[in-house]
Amino acid sequence: MPTIKVDGQDLEVKAGVNLLEALLSAGIDLPYFCWHPAMGSVGACRQCAVVQYANDEDTRGRIVMGCMTPVTEGAMFSVQTENAVMFRDSVIENLMLNHPHDCPVCEEGGECHLQDMTVMVGHSSRRYEGKKTTFNNQYLGPFIGHEMNRCITCYRCVRYYQDYSGGHDLSAFASRDRVFFGRSDDGVLENEFAGNLVEVCPTGVFTDKTLSKHYTRKWDLQSAPTVCTGCALGCNTYTSERYGQIRRVHNRYHHEVNGYFLCDRGRFGAGYVSSNRRIPQSGIRNAGGLYDPVNLEAAISKITEMISSSAKIVGIGSPRASLEANHALRDLVGSENYCNGMTDTDRELHGIILDALSSDLVTPTLADIEDYDAILVLGEDVTNHAPRLALSIRQATRNRSAEMADATQIALWHDAAVRELAQHDRSSLIVATPVEDRLDEVASQVLRLKPSDISQLGFDIAESLSNSSLSDSNSSETSAETASIVTALTNAKRPLIVSGTSLQNANIMKAAVNVALALKTNNPETGLFLCASECNSVGVAILDNQGSLTGLLASEPDMVVLLENDLAPRLGQGFESQVSKIANLVVIDHLDNASTSASHIVLPAATFAEAEGTYVNNEGRAQRSMAVYKPKGDIQASYHLMDAIQLGAKGVINDGASTELRSSTEIRHDLVNQHPVLRGIIDAAPEADFRIEGSKSSRMTHRASGRTAMLANISVHEPKQPVDSESAMAFTMEGVQQQTPASLRAYTWSPGWNSNQSIHKFQSEIGGSDTGGDTGVILIAPNESLTPYTIGQIDRGTLVAKLHIFGSDELSANSEELSQLIPRPYIRLSSLNANALGVSNGDGVSCQTQGGELQMAVIVDDNLPVDCMVYPRIPATAQLNGIESIELSKITEWVSDLNPLSPKLITTDRTS
Amino acid sequence: MTETPLTRNIAPDKGPTDLAAYEANGGYDAVRKSVGQSTPDDVLEIIKDSNLRGRGGAGFPTGMKWSFVPKPDPVQSPGHRYLVANADEMEPGTFKDRLLMEFDPHQLIEGMVLSAYTLSADVGYIFIRDEYHVAIKRLRDAIKEAENKNLLGDRILGSDFNFHLYVHISAGRYICGEETALLNSLEGKRATPRAKPPFPQVSGLWGRPTIVNNVETLCNIPHIIANGPDWFKSLGLGSDGGTKLFGASGRVKNPGCWELPMGTTIREILEERAGGMKDGYGLKGFLPGGASTDFLVAEHLDLPMEYESIMKAGSRMGTGTMIILDDRTCPVGMIANLEKFFARESCGFCTPCREGLPWVQQILDGIEAGEGSLRDIEILERQSQFIGAIGNTHCAHAPGAMEPLVSGLKYFRDDFISHIENKQCQYAVGGA
Repeated sequence: MPTIKVDGQDLEVKAGVNLLEALLSAGIDLPYFCWHPAMGSVGACRQCAVVQYANDEDTRGRIVMGCMTPVTEGAMFSVQTENAVMFRDSVIENLMLNHPHDCPVCEEGGECHLQDMTVMVGHSSRRYEGKKTTFNNQYLGPFIGHEMNRCITCYRCVRYYQDYSGGHDLSAFASRDRVFFGRSDDGVLENEFAGNLVEVCPTGVFTDKTLSKHYTRKWDLQSAPTVCTGCALGCNTYTSERYGQIRRVHNRYHHEVNGYFLCDRGRFGAGYVSSNRRIPQSGIRNAGGLYDPVNLEAAISKITEMISSSAKIVGIGSPRASLEANHALRDLVGSENYCNGMTDTDRELHGIILDALSSDLVTPTLADIEDYDAILVLGEDVTNHAPRLALSIRQATRNRSAEMADATQIALWHDAAVRELAQHDRSSLIVATPVEDRLDEVASQVLRLKPSDISQLGFDIAESLSNSSLSDSNSSETSAETASIVTALTNAKRPLIVSGTSLQNANIMKAAVNVALALKTNNPETGLFLCASECNSVGVAILDNQGSLTGLLASEPDMVVLLENDLAPRLGQGFESQVSKIANLVVIDHLDNASTSASHIVLPAATFAEAEGTYVNNEGRAQRSMAVYKPKGDIQASYHLMDAIQLGAKGVINDGASTELRSSTEIRHDLVNQHPVLRGIIDAAPEADFRIEGSKSSRMTHRASGRTAMLANISVHEPKQPVDSESAMAFTMEGVQQQTPASLRAYTWSPGWNSNQSIHKFQSEIGGSDTGGDTGVILIAPNESLTPYTIGQIDRGTLVAKLHIFGSDELSANSEELSQLIPRPYIRLSSLNANALGVSNGDGVSCQTQGGELQMAVIVDDNLPVDCMVYPRIPATAQLNGIESIELSKITEWVSDLNPLSPKLITTDRTS
Repeated sequence: MTETPLTRNIAPDKGPTDLAAYEANGGYDAVRKSVGQSTPDDVLEIIKDSNLRGRGGAGFPTGMKWSFVPKPDPVQSPGHRYLVANADEMEPGTFKDRLLMEFDPHQLIEGMVLSAYTLSADVGYIFIRDEYHVAIKRLRDAIKEAENKNLLGDRILGSDFNFHLYVHISAGRYICGEETALLNSLEGKRATPRAKPPFPQVSGLWGRPTIVNNVETLCNIPHIIANGPDWFKSLGLGSDGGTKLFGASGRVKNPGCWELPMGTTIREILEERAGGMKDGYGLKGFLPGGASTDFLVAEHLDLPMEYESIMKAGSRMGTGTMIILDDRTCPVGMIANLEKFFARESCGFCTPCREGLPWVQQILDGIEAGEGSLRDIEILERQSQFIGAIGNTHCAHAPGAMEPLVSGLKYFRDDFISHIENKQCQYAVGGA
C-alpha cells in the first residue's frame, strides 16, 4: 500500500487506483463528473483537479487531474491549495455557462450531482453575459426523457451506453460547444440497460419518464430497500412511493450482485403495482360470472365454508411469491398437498440448479463473473432471461484487454487507453443458442443450434474434456466446433459455463453441469452459473420441490388455493381444461389474470412494494425485500391472508383475527424450524426488533418536511404515521438513516452528496462492500461432489419459446410503459419453412390450439437452425407454451407487419 | 548559395517531380543504401545523431521519439506497426508541407520508407487534409510509381522488408492535426485527442505501436541517411541542425515559403525573403510559427529562428511560418478572429477548451465591437490562466489557442484599453 501526502497529511492508499478513487475512499471530498466507479477515467470534465508537487522543494506544483493520476509511493498533492481551488471553481463556472439553471422544474433537482458539485466548489456568482447554447430534444421511448440543454458534456452517457453496455443508438454528435448526445433520429433507445442513463447522467439530461409523469422530489419520497422480482438474479433496488403510488425504482448498490446498474425490466417494471388490472379488494364470483366485491372478512368466511366442505385441499405456491407466503400456504394445506407452483419441467430444472448449488462447483456472483476469461453460454438467453448477467458477461469479455493493459503498463482505470489498446480483442465468449442474441457481437464464437443440438454439443464438450463417454450417442469424433470450444475453455485461467432454464430443457442444463465438472478436474477456478426462472424459484425449490403441479391438479382436489401464480402461461393450452375442473378455486394475487378470472374467490395480495418478503436468487442468496408503504384497504401480504384463512377455518376470524396473525418474523422462524436448510434467511436482514440507538430505520428522508402537509387539504390534524410491526423500519422520517445495514437503508444520502454518487460514503472502498453490512446471505454451503449426469431422453421439439425482457415476465408486462415495448406475436422461421408455407417477412400466419386461434407475424431468419420455429413467450402467446410443434397456415387478410419486435409508438413527445 | 536539400527538386516554374526525375537526382539512393543493407538500429542511430527535431511545431527530437517504439516482438505482440505522416496542415498561416507534397511527393515517400524500415513498421498512412487535392493526386500517382518499382509493397528491393503506404483523406478538422486525434480519426472515430500516456509509440493506431511525424520531418530523413548526421548538423547556423521551410504571410511585399538554414534570423526572413512590409504599413507584431504561437514584436527581429531562442523570447517556433500583424490592422480584431477559429475547432471533449474558448471569443468580439468593460480584461486573464497551461486541458489545443491572447494582452494592452474606453475600434481593418 503506497503512502501519499495530501495537504501535508500522510495517507495510505490502495495500490493501483487513481488519486480520485484514493481520496474518495479516504473520505476526502473532491468534486468530479466524468469519472464513474464502474467505468473508470477519461479526463474530460477536468473537475477533479488537484496540484501535484514534484518534491518537498517544489512550492508551485502543477495542476493534475485526480482521476488521471496514479498513486505512487511518496507522491505529494494538495487539494486545498489556492491554485487547485481556483481551477475547480473555473471548471464549474465554465460548465455552467450554458446550463439553463432550470433546477426548480428539473427532475434531477435535489439529487443532482451537478448541484452538489457546484455547491462543493463554492462557485456562486455568474459573470457570463452571453446567450446560452440550446438544443432540440428527442423522443427516446417510453422510459427516458431527454433535455439536452442541461448537458454539461461529461461524456458519461455515451461511455456507459456504447462502451459499457454495448448500445449502438446513442452517440455524441457534432463538436466544440455544440456536442449533442442522442440518437441519429427520434426513437426508442434499443439497449436493455438504457435506464441506467438516468443514474449515470450527473444532471437532468436523461430522466426517468415513469417518475416524471407524477413527479416527486427525492426528499418527499418514501423508500425502502427492495429486491427486484423481475428475474432470478435478485438485483437490489430502492423502490420509492408517495401517496400510495410507486414513483420510481432506482439501483441499490450491492458489490456482489448488481453493482451500479439495473436492467430496464427491473427499473421500469414495477408499474404493475398501480396497474388498472390491480385487484383492490376481495371478490366472490356470482352466478353471472362476475365478481361481487366483498370485504375481507366475508371472503375469508366464505373460504372457511369451502374448506369445511372440502375433503382434499391443494395449495399451489409460486416461484414469484416470497418464502414467507409459500410457507404460510404450505402450513395451511399441509406439505403433501402443496406444490411450489412450478411446472414439472421447471421443477426438474431447478432440481439441477439445487444439485449444482450444493455441489463443490463454484457459483460466481455477478461481480465475480466479470473476472472469468472464457465463458460458454449453453442454450441460455441471458439478455432476456437474466439481463443483468448479460452486462456482467459483456464486461468479462474485456479480461483480454485487462491482460494487454497489464503487459503495456496501462492502469485499468485509464478507460479510454485500455479500450484503444485492446480495440476488438476480447476474451473468449462462446454463445450456443437457437436465436440471435445481443451478446453475439462480443462473442468469439456463435453457434445457432436447436435445443437438442445444444445439449448434444454440451455433452460432446464434456466428453471431450473428460474423455469418458457419458452420452449415449456414439460420437467418437470431435467436431471442429467442439474442439475449438474445448481449447478455449481449457486454455482459460478461469472458465465459466452459463446455462439455465430459458429453453426449458433439462439435457442442456445437465450438459452444462457436466462441462463444468469436467473442467473442474483440471481447473478448480471453473465456475458454473445456472439461471433460474423466477425471482424466488430457487427459494421455493429449496423449500419444497416435491409436489407436482400436474400431479396435484390430477388428484381431483375439491378446492385449490392458488398463491400469486397465473397457471395460464404454465399450463399453456391445457389451462382451461385443467382449471375448469376445480370446484373451488381461491386465488390470491395482485393482478387480474386468466387464473383470477377462473377463480371462485379472489383475495387481494400485497406486492413486493407493500409486504416484506424473502427471496432466494440463483446463487442461493437469500435477500429480504422490505415493504415500501402500507397497502391500502383489504390488500394484505399473502402470508397474512393465508394465516387469516387458517385462523378463519378454526373460527377465529370474527374475533380479532388480526392480532392472532403471525408476523413475518414469526412465520420466518416457523419456516426455519421446519426447514433448517433455510436457516440463513433469518440473517438476510436484521429482525423487527433491531434498533440503532433505540431507533428504527426510517423510510422517509429527514427532509421529508412535506409529510405534515400531505393530507392537510383533508384535515390539518396530521394523522398518526402507520406503524410497521413487521420490520425494523418505520414509515416516518424519524429514525436512523445512515448508520443502518444496507438491508435497512431506504436511500443513500450524505451531507453534501444528495445524488446517487453518495454511495461511496457507504463503501469500504470504491467498489467495495457496504460498511453497514451487505444485504443477504448465501444459503447453501457448497460441499458435495457431484457425479456427471447421463443424457436424458433427447427431445426433438423444434418449437422454441423465445424470452423477451419486455413481456416474458408476468408482472412487469403489466406496467404501463414497459407494456408498450412487448413484441407483437410473431413466428420466426427459416426460409425453408417459410417457402413451404408460401410466406415471407411481414406476412401473417395463424395456428389453432386448444386455446383458440393465434395470429402471428412472420420473421424469416436464415440464421435460425433450419427446422426450428420460434415464438415469443409473452402473455398473448401463452397458449403455445409447452407445445412441441404447431401447424401454421397463411392468413390472406393481413396487414403487413414487418417488424413485430419494435413497438408502434409515436416518435415524438412534442405537440407542435 | 546555401544548401536546400528539401527543395532541391522544387522550383516555381517546375511541375511535380516524377520518379525518373527524382531518381536521376539521387532519389531513393538512401533506400537502396539502407534497406536490407543496414540494420534498423543503425539507421536509428544516424537519426539520433543528426539531432533532427520534429518540424510539426513541438520540435521534439525525432530519434528520441522513435526510440520509444518497442522492438518488434511477433510472438508476444503480433500485428501491424504503423507509420503515419501528418499531412493535415491546418495551422492558420502555414503552407510548407503542401509545397513538399505537391512538388516532390517521392521525397516524402522515400522518407517514409526509410522511417518505416527503421521502426519495423509495415503499414503507412499519409493523413492529408481534403483541401490538398493536388497533393493527394500527386502522392497517389507517386505511390503507384514506387510500387511498380518495388520501392513500396512486399519484399522491398528484394529484402525481407514490407511496407504498404496509403493516402487517407481527412474529413477536415483542425484537431485532426493533433497526433492522437489524428489516430482516432484514422480509426473512424470522433477526432478526440487521447490522454497520454500511453503514447502512440506503445499504443497508437488500433492499439499498435505507431509513429506520427510531420511531413517536413519525414522529408529530411533521406538526406540525413544519404549525407550523414554531421552534414545535417552543419546545415544549421546555430544549435539546431538542418534546414527549415520558413514562411511569411500578411502585409509583406513578397509572402511565401523558403528553405533556409535553421537559425536564420527573423529579420532576414522578413526583410530579405519577404521583402519587408508593404508600403504604407508598419510592423506591429508577428506570430512566429502559426496561429497558436505567442506574438513577438519588433524587438525580437534579430532572434534566430531556432526552437530554444524563440522559446526564451516567450513564444514558440511552431511551424516556422510567420503571420505578420501590420500597424493598420486591429490586434484585438485579429485575436478575436483567431479565437473564433480555435473555439470552432475545439473537439468538445474537455471543459476548459469546449466552454472556455467560446466565452473568450465572445468577450473579444464584445471588446472589438466597443461593448467591452475593464472587468472583461480580468475575465480574459482568469480564463487564460484556466485554459492556458498544458495539463489543465486534455490536449494542447486550448493552451495553444491562448498563446496569441496572452501575448496580445501583454504587447497590445493599450489597444484593448482604448477599445474599452472609446467604446469602439479605431483601426482601419477590424479583423473580427
